[in-house]
Amino acid sequence: MTHATGLRYMKPGVLPHMWCSGCGIGGMLAALLIAFEELGYRNTDTVVVTGIGCTGKLDDYLVTNALHTTHGRALAFATGIKAFKPTLNVVAIMGDGDSVTIGGNHFIHAARRNIDVTAIVLNNLNYGMTGGQVSGTTPEWSVTSTTAFGNPEREFDICALAETAGANYVARCSPLHGWEMKELMKQALTKKGFSLVEVISPCPTHFGRYNEMKETPAMLRWLGERALPVERFRGLAAEQRHGHFPVGTLVDRDEPGFNERYETVRARAQQL
Amino acid sequence: MAITETDPTIQRPVARDAPPTKRPHATAREARLMQGNQAIAAGALYAGARFYAGYPITPSSEIADECARLMPKLGGVFLQMEDEMASIAAVVGASLAGAKAFTATSGPGFSLMQENLGLAVMGEVPCVVVDVQRAGPSTGLATKPAQSDIMQVRWGRHGDQSVIALCPSSVLECFTLTVQAFNFAERFRVPVILLPDEIVGHMRENVTLPLPGEIEVVDRKTPAGTPADYLPFKPDDDGVAPLAAYGSDYVFHVTSSMHGFDGYSNNDPANAARRVRQLHEKIERHRDEIVLTRVFDVEDMDVLIVALGATTRAARQAAIEARAQGTRAGVLQLQTVWPFPDEEVAALGRRVKTVVVPEMNYSGQVAGEVRKALGADTDLRRVNRYNGTFITPQDILDALAGPQCTDTGGNPR
Repeated sequence: MTHATGLRYMKPGVLPHMWCSGCGIGGMLAALLIAFEELGYRNTDTVVVTGIGCTGKLDDYLVTNALHTTHGRALAFATGIKAFKPTLNVVAIMGDGDSVTIGGNHFIHAARRNIDVTAIVLNNLNYGMTGGQVSGTTPEWSVTSTTAFGNPEREFDICALAETAGANYVARCSPLHGWEMKELMKQALTKKGFSLVEVISPCPTHFGRYNEMKETPAMLRWLGERALPVERFRGLAAEQRHGHFPVGTLVDRDEPGFNERYETVRARAQQL
Repeated sequence: MAITETDPTIQRPVARDAPPTKRPHATAREARLMQGNQAIAAGALYAGARFYAGYPITPSSEIADECARLMPKLGGVFLQMEDEMASIAAVVGASLAGAKAFTATSGPGFSLMQENLGLAVMGEVPCVVVDVQRAGPSTGLATKPAQSDIMQVRWGRHGDQSVIALCPSSVLECFTLTVQAFNFAERFRVPVILLPDEIVGHMRENVTLPLPGEIEVVDRKTPAGTPADYLPFKPDDDGVAPLAAYGSDYVFHVTSSMHGFDGYSNNDPANAARRVRQLHEKIERHRDEIVLTRVFDVEDMDVLIVALGATTRAARQAAIEARAQGTRAGVLQLQTVWPFPDEEVAALGRRVKTVVVPEMNYSGQVAGEVRKALGADTDLRRVNRYNGTFITPQDILDALAGPQCTDTGGNPR
């Protein structure tokens, strides 16, 4: 038996990709494309929507339908696509700036609306493309190019945000969890309603350099010390959780999504 | 003397017993009292719009209200989004999935839409945006009319680009020009902005809406060749490339970045120059098809009034009263605002001694374009109001009477 590689979704001749050594975007993309292949996704039925930034560049490597949008608005474009044509597989791939900083409002409303879109968020803890500025997910007191004396602001927990806003499926992983990442993505892609997979992968070039993990092994150690399987994390007392985050499936529920509910609206309107 | 609304562009059908159809208002043959914003929604549905995404804002909200009721009835989608950026984004997404899609807003919301409207230009995504103009700046006079977004429509986005904008002056034109807006959007793969002012949007008039088939409805050109060979940005001889829909056999790539024929990013200077030129040329080459104007009493005129939107009504009344007082005045109504009807203005303006441009803004946004078309020597008189009140026929008659600028801002002299 041959294993899925996901290469069938990649434009020929584009490798090697543009991302820095140690960056998690390439691994995340590989996991996603393998998930596509294992689920039998066809290019004709799949639309990948991207935003702006390092993560937003990945559409150019793909031969599925794609829409490369503006900074922060990928989910709003994806919502229009999915609302009009529910048969499409719509995946919005964003960075942390896109998803929960400039585009935070679209993120919480996509989750509240429970639109059947899968959001993949590569959280590299800063704005990589523009030189490593602080973002809404930069850990407090971390150093970035715009927080030279430490970030005085607290960071968003993307998964908690999605859970609270009403997402049907929420999962988190990191480059330490390659195969699991693919499995989580498959669960997210097949889940009706809004689903999120957050991939925490600190930017080695900027965030890592400023925060004593310039080399990839140091970054992986940083992740390994912090990432705990969700069952272990939940078993800890509140004070023991500090400095850790849970990985795995965090939310899994089956509330009816927007398209399903809109059929009720249509049925009511057509009775008049 | 009252002005009655008749539109010579509409051909009445010979047979009055057209077959029944599912289009909305199809059986509304009798005159019906209708609001401009309602007529815009009705016109959009007549043109085949089946997707609306918007955010409430005065004075455009009635368009959303209508669509919320009618879209699901027709199997379409109405979405109230979280803001105007999301609204135009969802419209673009739906359009690429094959929908005729639109949104409606007003000043502040239109400002918020600019960036994603630029994506619609760059990605050549057909869509319609209705900007019911209200008085600014900023929140301004939120319920009062203005015609002060003329330049924002043309130049509001970063980067050099071209769009089409139409401006209705009556409830019937709200309907017909909305259909036309969709036709242009579909024909040229470009966002089209419908630019009523608050007066027209909220005006109620008796209108007899066209039956299906009375006004042509244009659908976008779709690809016909082998899917593997489809190039979503390679223009045909008419300057416009065919557009597939997500979910069809034609897989395609759309990006806000500079791109080649295949839709993938392309930073080559030669390609960038070709793309920017094509985005302009596909409109410039068809300007005679796109520029719509109407004229009233221009055959023997000595004075020309150039007007658009609700101000057209004051202009026509002023022309009638001027003639009663011995001044032969005519009116040129600009139904198309962009591309600007410079040739039409020049052709008529050269025949008269005086040109008057009444508009509800301070800067003379239309007058500036008229000046460009006519040159520095023309006796061009501006009539401007920017206090949220309507330009009256008397304002225009005052400008005809004396060479002085009649800009009082609408306040008593």
